[in-house]
Amino acid sequence: MNVPEDLRYAKSHEWFRPSDGAVGITDHAQAELSDVVYVELPKVGRRVQAGEKAAAVESVKAASDIYAPVSGEITEVNTALTDNSALVNTDPHGEGWMFKLRADDQAGQDALMDAAAYRALIGG
Amino acid sequence: MADSSASPSPAASLRRTPLHAAHVSLGGRMVEFGGWHMPVAYGAGILAEHRAVRTMVGVFDISHMGQFFLRGAGAKAWLNGVFSNQLGKIGPGQSLYGFLLNERGGVIDDLIVYQFGDERFLLVVNAAKIEEDWAWLSSHLPADGGGLKLENLSEECAALALQGPKAEEIFRAFFGPGVEPPPRLGVAVIPRGGMDFYVARTGYTGEDGFELFYPSAHAESVLRELLAIGAPHGLVPCGLGSRDSLRLEVCYPLNGSDLSPDRTPLEAGLGIFCALDKEFIGVEALRKQKAEGVSSRLAALRFTEKGPPPRPHYPVLHEGKPVGELSSGGPSPSLGAGIGLAYLPPELAKPGTVLAVEIRGQAHPAVVEKKPLYRRPS
Repeated sequence: MNVPEDLRYAKSHEWFRPSDGAVGITDHAQAELSDVVYVELPKVGRRVQAGEKAAAVESVKAASDIYAPVSGEITEVNTALTDNSALVNTDPHGEGWMFKLRADDQAGQDALMDAAAYRALIGG
Repeated sequence: MADSSASPSPAASLRRTPLHAAHVSLGGRMVEFGGWHMPVAYGAGILAEHRAVRTMVGVFDISHMGQFFLRGAGAKAWLNGVFSNQLGKIGPGQSLYGFLLNERGGVIDDLIVYQFGDERFLLVVNAAKIEEDWAWLSSHLPADGGGLKLENLSEECAALALQGPKAEEIFRAFFGPGVEPPPRLGVAVIPRGGMDFYVARTGYTGEDGFELFYPSAHAESVLRELLAIGAPHGLVPCGLGSRDSLRLEVCYPLNGSDLSPDRTPLEAGLGIFCALDKEFIGVEALRKQKAEGVSSRLAALRFTEKGPPPRPHYPVLHEGKPVGELSSGGPSPSLGAGIGLAYLPPELAKPGTVLAVEIRGQAHPAVVEKKPLYRRPS
């Protein structure tokens, strides 16, 4: 499993990129879901709390909620996923990003896992 | 991320088919289904497996289904009194789809009856209904047995469904030259490697294909051999995820979702599998319903705009008001749109009716279409 070093990770398998506030789901999560057929994105400008439902991804068999890894305001969403939800599977840490957050503070980010801790969580 | 639909059942308490170890070693993602621990998909995923069956060929483990064998003088006459379809229409080497119904005409189970000799039959029933069907059939046997022998060989039988336009190529490669495949809906007993294969040209995908029933002791060796023989033809192992998406596209009902003890085959649009001119359990209720008209009908829906996939139990709306709920639903890989089935008032179940499906508070437009939603290109 690919677990990039520049990302921070939530226990619920979302990643957060401190450099631009992007959020997505991990390689491990996309593999568990398998074929993503639909992504429901949040509205730009919405305020979310860490751990609050912010988006949803649907595979052929199941719908899964995506939680905000940190508290903040949604500043941008990845509209490319509307027509090509498979990007979540093919490039989960890149083109498959879901939305960007302006984090309220540094403390929320510090509470997330680094790559080593997340690797340990998923057992690899 | 949290999976909102995963079943929490611990795997250890679930039943396993004789192919369980093979699924795990082939990379199957194991899930709970009707009390069984079954692969939902393998590494390639549901969409790839779905496409393989539509364009090439796939193989499914259906060993969880039940197999009852019936024989004895008078077997056909007795079975015709508990089975909804007219067994007089078939002879040895043929099969017939139909129902076991309760006195209210509601569906206990849907099944295929295969006839071998004059008085020799195989009944293949749904996995979750084996015990119930067995108890129900046994309770209707003549008090003295009547010379009939009904056996539940579900544990002793392994079963594979080989489905797709290239299924016949695999059949020929597996059974060898000189063995002709049974015709559509036909069945034959074919010896191979010291055992008998009961081979039926039936399936649950809308494609050509075969269902193979054989001794469970050889479950894995036969699957491995088929996969090796079939690989050059594009054969891939397929899980229950694609089995469900394939059957939904052709509007085959799933008992427990689209069929229930409170719905009759007439409501499900499956009246052609009920011979109302013969006597069987539930026929009086069906005759009455036919005379009075059904109060709901199972309709096939297709989304007209891009949207989240419809799922079972989502509300169906007409002019903004709830008129029913989906009994089945999902994304259709072949049609590229959400599809589903729903019991609706008959006037709304007509093709062309504009409806909507409510998903997380949003109405997504859908239209009623003629069944099946998908037809294989001819």
